[in-house]
Amino acid sequence: MDGKNVKLRLGKSYGFQWLIYVLAFACLVPLLAILFYIVRAGITKINWHFLVNIPKPVGESGGGIANALVGSTLIIFVAAVIAIPIGIMAGVYLSENRKSRLAYWCRLCTDILQGVPSIVVGIVAYFWLVRPWDIGPIHHKGGFSALSGSAALAIMMLPIIIRSTEETLKLLPDSLKEAALALGMPFHRVIFKVVVPVGISGILSGVMLSVARITGETAPLLFTAFGNPYLSVNIGKPMQSLPLMIFNYATSPYTDWLNLAWGASLILLVWVLLLNIFTKVITRKWKVQL
Amino acid sequence: MKQNSFKFKRSLAAGAFFALFSFSLVSCGGGGGATGSDSTASAGSSSDNMLTGAGSSFDNPLFSKQFSEYDKTNNQKINYQSIGSGAGISQLTAKTVEFGASDAPMNGKQDSALSAPVVHVPITEGAVVLSYNLPDVKDTLNITPAVLADIFLGKITKWNDPKIAAANKGVKLPATGITIAHRSDGSGTSNIFTTYLAKVSDEWSTKVGKGSSVNWPVGLGGKGNEGVAGLIKQTPGAIGYIELAYAVQNNMAYAKVQNKAGNFITPSIASVTAAANITIPADTKVSLTNTEAADGYPISSFSWVIIYKEQKYGDRTLDRGTRLVKLLSWMIHDGQQYSSALTYAPLSPAAVSAGDAVLKSVTFDGKPILQ
Amino acid sequence: MITRSDLPLRVINSSPDAIAKAKARARRSFRQIRTENVFKRTLTIMGLIIIILVLGIMVTLAWQSRLSIAALGPKYLWGKVWDPVQDVYGAWPFLLGTLLTSFLALIISVPFSVSIAIFLGEYHPKGWLPNFLKNAVELIAAVPSVIYGFWGLAVLVPIVRSFESSIGVEPVGVGIFSSSLILAVMIIPYAASLGRSMISLVPSHLKEAAYGLGATRWEVIRSVVLPYTKSGLFAGVLLSLGRALGETMAVTMVIGNTSLIPKNIFSPGNTMASVIANEFTEADKPVYLSALIELGLVLFLVTVVINLIGKKIIDRFTNE
Repeated sequence: MDGKNVKLRLGKSYGFQWLIYVLAFACLVPLLAILFYIVRAGITKINWHFLVNIPKPVGESGGGIANALVGSTLIIFVAAVIAIPIGIMAGVYLSENRKSRLAYWCRLCTDILQGVPSIVVGIVAYFWLVRPWDIGPIHHKGGFSALSGSAALAIMMLPIIIRSTEETLKLLPDSLKEAALALGMPFHRVIFKVVVPVGISGILSGVMLSVARITGETAPLLFTAFGNPYLSVNIGKPMQSLPLMIFNYATSPYTDWLNLAWGASLILLVWVLLLNIFTKVITRKWKVQL
Repeated sequence: MKQNSFKFKRSLAAGAFFALFSFSLVSCGGGGGATGSDSTASAGSSSDNMLTGAGSSFDNPLFSKQFSEYDKTNNQKINYQSIGSGAGISQLTAKTVEFGASDAPMNGKQDSALSAPVVHVPITEGAVVLSYNLPDVKDTLNITPAVLADIFLGKITKWNDPKIAAANKGVKLPATGITIAHRSDGSGTSNIFTTYLAKVSDEWSTKVGKGSSVNWPVGLGGKGNEGVAGLIKQTPGAIGYIELAYAVQNNMAYAKVQNKAGNFITPSIASVTAAANITIPADTKVSLTNTEAADGYPISSFSWVIIYKEQKYGDRTLDRGTRLVKLLSWMIHDGQQYSSALTYAPLSPAAVSAGDAVLKSVTFDGKPILQ
Repeated sequence: MITRSDLPLRVINSSPDAIAKAKARARRSFRQIRTENVFKRTLTIMGLIIIILVLGIMVTLAWQSRLSIAALGPKYLWGKVWDPVQDVYGAWPFLLGTLLTSFLALIISVPFSVSIAIFLGEYHPKGWLPNFLKNAVELIAAVPSVIYGFWGLAVLVPIVRSFESSIGVEPVGVGIFSSSLILAVMIIPYAASLGRSMISLVPSHLKEAAYGLGATRWEVIRSVVLPYTKSGLFAGVLLSLGRALGETMAVTMVIGNTSLIPKNIFSPGNTMASVIANEFTEADKPVYLSALIELGLVLFLVTVVINLIGKKIIDRFTNE
């Protein structure tokens, strides 16, 4: 009786293990399907012409995605310029002040920001930056602009940067900071010359992750950057961006537009994947050096 | 001394940061790239060269071509986003764009939300066609108004329903289920279509009504004419209403509709022109649906561009107002040459003179812009 | 102003040269202290900015929804009809659509997430194969949602359509079912990565005690690991849920966009995020716009609460 029982239990155990293996690797199926399909559909559409031209009028073939490429790069760059300084400094603040009341609320707000749906960020950015408003003597002109899109994206980048900065700096030994302070270094120099460089891999990976996250975001740009059929580098005006273009063209019936969307999807996918791979490579490289 | 090198590096970093910051401010406030000018961060005003408009997807194929040609000859770029007539009107009301385009003139509620009066300029005439996805049916289907209303009310659910067969003798209709495709966003095209249905079906008029955004009894929603056309193209057995240009550009089948006189009319430039042969009031707000004309297509409509009557608002300049009015004037005259190729009907002479009159009434600081 | 009283006594009594040098030193250190204070204050301001940002978001949402809250009251939440033309706004179809898609997605994805978590945490914590799996799962999270939507529209929807016609349901393709499938794929990584870190935290002496008593692998997992990490896994599921609730782009491309209450999981529907994306730019009546913002407010509150609960559970778990 004992023998049979053990066999049954072992059988269940191996069966379970087999089940786990299958389920775990089954997740790769949709991922591979998506990657494979997009590569196959997009690779034929990409050529030099595709990369340097702007879209043609509706119904005409040819055209490219140059305005979306430039637009995306610019919007992301401006978003990073806004979010990185604020994010890193807020992260430094949180790691320096573990116990204070303000820090507690700040941490809570960072967690809240991380959970805000992207469409809600878009709504808020619309009301703050796109709608014209007057408060007393201040008159905000408003209008769709790349800057408002960047601001919305920056709001989404902040929690990731703050979190990773705080976590990285928390892991550093206090003795590092104390030694620098004991040598008489001013506090800001201690932070920027000693603490941050030691934790740079974690901070940088947080920054790269946040950039990778917003590269593919569309919802916040729907009511802010608006889209633009021309190539523009003026961030005070509407601008086209890659995910926005994919969304608009993917739901249309025109075969030319669908082709553009496939090519653009491939480029966006490769861009995001490269960012993620780059993040992994630099964190591993820097960690080894330390 | 080490102290000095630190100071130097710090000031260098600070300088770089401020340079970057001010560069972004300047490019935000000042000239950049393709448009090359100095301006303030706003779409509704400023001396930046690009004009911004939004609205009707009905007009988008025509506008796309017209703006591209206009840029070649007049060096004027126009950023038009096809987000639906409803959105065009509300963005114009919020003054985030300079002109809106709508296939339905603004109604009383929308008018009351405005802070200043607007004018409607008729810009083209088009047809709302019923496009369907039945790959095995080679003949063009005939649809009567009663059948159309029943389909969209959800009462007729299969293509081989006797009511449909009655108007299509000799055509082998499949037993596929009918999937309706309608607009999910606020649409002038929906407005044209539902106004027509309300005129020809009492049941539709009471149950659903007419408007840019109604409570559709059945069906799937697509965003813009583009989205609905996409849905029809991908879903076998689907039927939906889209502008003629979309059906033609995408090689989609569309039906003949029986008009008030009892004739089954194919939507075309000729039948739309016939329907548009009526008197146009001074404010140009007129509906062409369910036309009396014997060979007119019953679901035709004008489409309008809407701008503020007084162009001096915000910090708009006379130059900007002039460029906007010049663009619209070009669109109703020279711009009409691009209509036929895209199966839009060129504006009737009556519509053009009505449009001219409206444009002459647009002022800057009280003085008419066009002399 | 540096005065004599700022200098130490022995310096005051020595040469004017030494006094000048000491004054310079004192000036430098006062400046340094001032810069330090400025810097510390800047840090505090940065912390404050974050709080103000969140408060601003909440205030903006609440303020912009005031019209519809005043006009419609709480019955907005269970109103079954959304008809902007008649000024009838009921959010129930979208609440239902959101709940259906999110929970269905969760049910589909949880077995996979937990399997990955157990695989990486228990069976193979190290090695090249698990590393590959971990990276692949992170890749799933990295793919932009608009690409999921596009792929879903082009590939998944026709498959679902033929599936629907084979089981006798109206073969539309788009609908609650398709969007749940896409959402399920998208949210797998969140519960998986959190679950993995929770499972790897199980103290080995507990597991070894069980092995010592003769338990099989499966019994150890069932009786030791899973009960121990129950709350952690639950937090991971909550995080996945929060992500699913707020997802906009992929859902709006495959859900069918109707404002009617879905009849079954194969019918088209709409979610809160999707209807905002569709109708926001064109809400021409103030009450209409306000009703949409109220949807945004509800979405915001629900996702924030779920995320915070999840994070609290994780904090408690990792600090015990």
